[in-house]
Amino acid sequence: MQILQQLTQEAQALGRGEILLTAPEKEVARQLQICNGCRYCEGFCAVFPAMTRRLEFGKADIHYLANLCHNCGACLHACQYAPPHEFAINVPKSMATVRGQTYADYAWPKALGGLYKRNGLTVSMALAVSLSLFLMLAIESNGTLWGGPVQNGFYAIFPHNLMVSMFAPIFLWAVLALTLGVIKFWREVTPATSGAPLSSPAAAEAAHDALRLKYLGGGHGEGCNNEDDAFTLARKRAHHLTFYGFMLCFAATSVATIYHYLLDWPAPYDFTSLPKLLGTVGGISLTLGTLWLWRLNLARDPNHGDAQQRPMDRGFIALLFFISVTGLALMLSKDTAAMPILLAVHLGMVMALFLTLPYGKFAHGIFRTAALLRFSVEKRQPSKLALGGD
Amino acid sequence: MTLDVLVIGGGNAALCAALMAREAGASVMLLESAPREWRGGNSIHTRNLRCMHDAPQDELVEAYSEEEFWQDLLKVTGGLTNEHLARLAIRHSEHCRPWMFKHGVRFQPSLSGALHTARTNAFFMGGGKALVNAYYRSAEKQGIQIQYNAEVHEIELENGVFKAAIVRHKSATGELIRTERIAAKTCVMAAGGFESNLAWLREAWGQNELGEFPADNFLIRGTKFNQGTLLKFMLNAGADQISDPTQAHMVAIDARAPLYDGGICTRIDCVTLGVVVNKNAERFYDEGEDFWPKRYAIWGRLVAQQAGQIGYSISDAKAVGRFMPPVFEGTVAQTLPELAQKIGLNVETFMATMNAYNQACVPGRFDHTVLDDCHTEGVSPAKTHWALPLDTAPFYAYAVKPGVTFTYLGLKTDDTTAVRFQNQPSPNLFVAGEMMAGNVLGKGYTAGVGMTIGTAFGRIAGQQAARAALGISESEPRLAQQVMQGTADRDTRVSA
Repeated sequence: MQILQQLTQEAQALGRGEILLTAPEKEVARQLQICNGCRYCEGFCAVFPAMTRRLEFGKADIHYLANLCHNCGACLHACQYAPPHEFAINVPKSMATVRGQTYADYAWPKALGGLYKRNGLTVSMALAVSLSLFLMLAIESNGTLWGGPVQNGFYAIFPHNLMVSMFAPIFLWAVLALTLGVIKFWREVTPATSGAPLSSPAAAEAAHDALRLKYLGGGHGEGCNNEDDAFTLARKRAHHLTFYGFMLCFAATSVATIYHYLLDWPAPYDFTSLPKLLGTVGGISLTLGTLWLWRLNLARDPNHGDAQQRPMDRGFIALLFFISVTGLALMLSKDTAAMPILLAVHLGMVMALFLTLPYGKFAHGIFRTAALLRFSVEKRQPSKLALGGD
Repeated sequence: MTLDVLVIGGGNAALCAALMAREAGASVMLLESAPREWRGGNSIHTRNLRCMHDAPQDELVEAYSEEEFWQDLLKVTGGLTNEHLARLAIRHSEHCRPWMFKHGVRFQPSLSGALHTARTNAFFMGGGKALVNAYYRSAEKQGIQIQYNAEVHEIELENGVFKAAIVRHKSATGELIRTERIAAKTCVMAAGGFESNLAWLREAWGQNELGEFPADNFLIRGTKFNQGTLLKFMLNAGADQISDPTQAHMVAIDARAPLYDGGICTRIDCVTLGVVVNKNAERFYDEGEDFWPKRYAIWGRLVAQQAGQIGYSISDAKAVGRFMPPVFEGTVAQTLPELAQKIGLNVETFMATMNAYNQACVPGRFDHTVLDDCHTEGVSPAKTHWALPLDTAPFYAYAVKPGVTFTYLGLKTDDTTAVRFQNQPSPNLFVAGEMMAGNVLGKGYTAGVGMTIGTAFGRIAGQQAARAALGISESEPRLAQQVMQGTADRDTRVSA
């Protein structure tokens, strides 16, 4: 009977053109109603100052705040209403649950949004291994997997044009899917965040906050929580090693592409060349960063965030780790018999990364940056509220 | 080896005492009666401490002089205070933040919606539970032994000298596991008031002229672990008493708040923006007497004095967005009679009250940030500020009940925090926090002063206990002396 009543109510609400909240969204709205009457956590991050500009939390507000939350954990440990309190406030967890849902909601094409839920450690590793095996088979069918002519570098194994034709579509697909996804998100949350356009000071501030990971700093700059209520800068630093390592590797590839097409200077490059230097430093940084993140992830307080998304986190960390390790190994294996196998494994890993990129943990950086941009815009607008009562 | 200092309690004052005693070189054990997840007593629900400062300090703006702080305290207590102890707590509040910072407490700017406190109150980043967590981390790091689920129900005294505490160790679900006798050279008691003890509250408040037991309708805003077990034991053992058992920090809170631990978010902050009526649909006090932070703590008592210990805070659409949003949805109606009907009040009387109030409102310039000139004329009780007619639909009602924050009945003490028996100070038994706050707060309250008192006397008690345990010479300056002479640490930079 209750279910029927609920269904009737929902149908009526739909008829009135109201947007219905999902169960995880309702949970965020319930918790924020309580948080808004307390506000003790205001100094930790951007979520709570954004919250205090609102009295009610609609779907777009919830999507925006969920992606603004960095899951630092500070508010959970500080919360007088955290479980076992009957109010059962766990903002990092409720936000993470909605965040996972928004990645799927905003995925392009929508039909592939479901991949987020299945994109775990097993899937990403299985994909990486099978792609590597497939590439090995391809090489073996040419009879060069072990002990073949390695002096002519990678292109002797995979001709440059073949590599480009394999990777360019996957890469472009990832860029397209993520761009369309984040545009959809942006369009939904903009009206809920003052509707004002992005200004340069707002963009500069958001870029600073994203690149410095300000909100993993705990508000006091001493870091966020990981295994308990103590603050640590480890998560911030591990993220930085990973992110900047990844960017250096990306820069290495970009420079090499410029060399190849614009300067007509094809690979292989010396150890002292710019692509190699960028790639080496980036690879080491990425290896250390992902190892650190992995350890932190295993030690993490299980009450932080949404446990169901741990496989997705770990799948992404593992892929990045194996990419950096195989990349470094490949570089060191230059002119050895192991090079073709390592090339196949490394390329398989990279391909798996880009295939899963738009439907995995990578999205958190994109959506969070978008949320930070909207936060920097909204905070510059005058608040509609004039709470003077307290 | 005998333990030097035993600290009984696990909130702010107890932690301050334990840390100070440890810093002075004593071995320290702290007994918290709650399980770990509920540790910290009422401190987990706090958010700031009231601080004196002669010039802007960190997040604190402008100045808040000793004299102004003292006058504020004098006003709210109606003179029921000990000036020497009050001034000690006030002066200490200027010095204590670097020490708090050292032990991991961080501060943040005054919260949005707390406009009147940026000058007077230093806010803990993340609130009181973050402060409690920081102190426990620091205590663990410094080798203070901490026991949870350890309730002291009795202490062994010999002519006012502390010998040992009898501890009930309980399981996570509250069952008695074993009883232990813990001896120590000295002891600090900071185990809270008795606000969580419903039977004691019922007995203290007795029956009113309507035959009601008012305390039956009280809600407890904080921990359920402040049962007053040790306080009762000490009073029975002949320790000198301060204040009386009906005095408490009491706030009017949402009637739907949980029985315990509702904390800050159950407050109803629209009183100054509307009117409050009782069960008989009549107004009973000036809702616009002063700024809400200076008045919120009297409304619990006002409601407790009404029939059924219930009140209804009535506001209209003009108030929305001008006060901290309540946790529970209010009752909403498009007309005032409909509102009265929905909340079960006599419509006729309610409308008579509302019409009398609305007609009495003298037009003025409404400004919620100052004591404005919108007031009533010819209605009793008057509303002296922010009186606007309630005429814009929708109308809102919130039922409120008395919410007890903490009780003031405690042990009489002096600036050494020694417990006194027939006006003779104990050489090794000290008291801090809610168990002695009544020395400073005979009645009334002003935001953040509980933590000011808890921090000052917690630290003093810890140092005194360590001095007594270690036999430190009387010629070594005591914290209380340093504070009063202005020689305590003046390095006040604490922001990150």
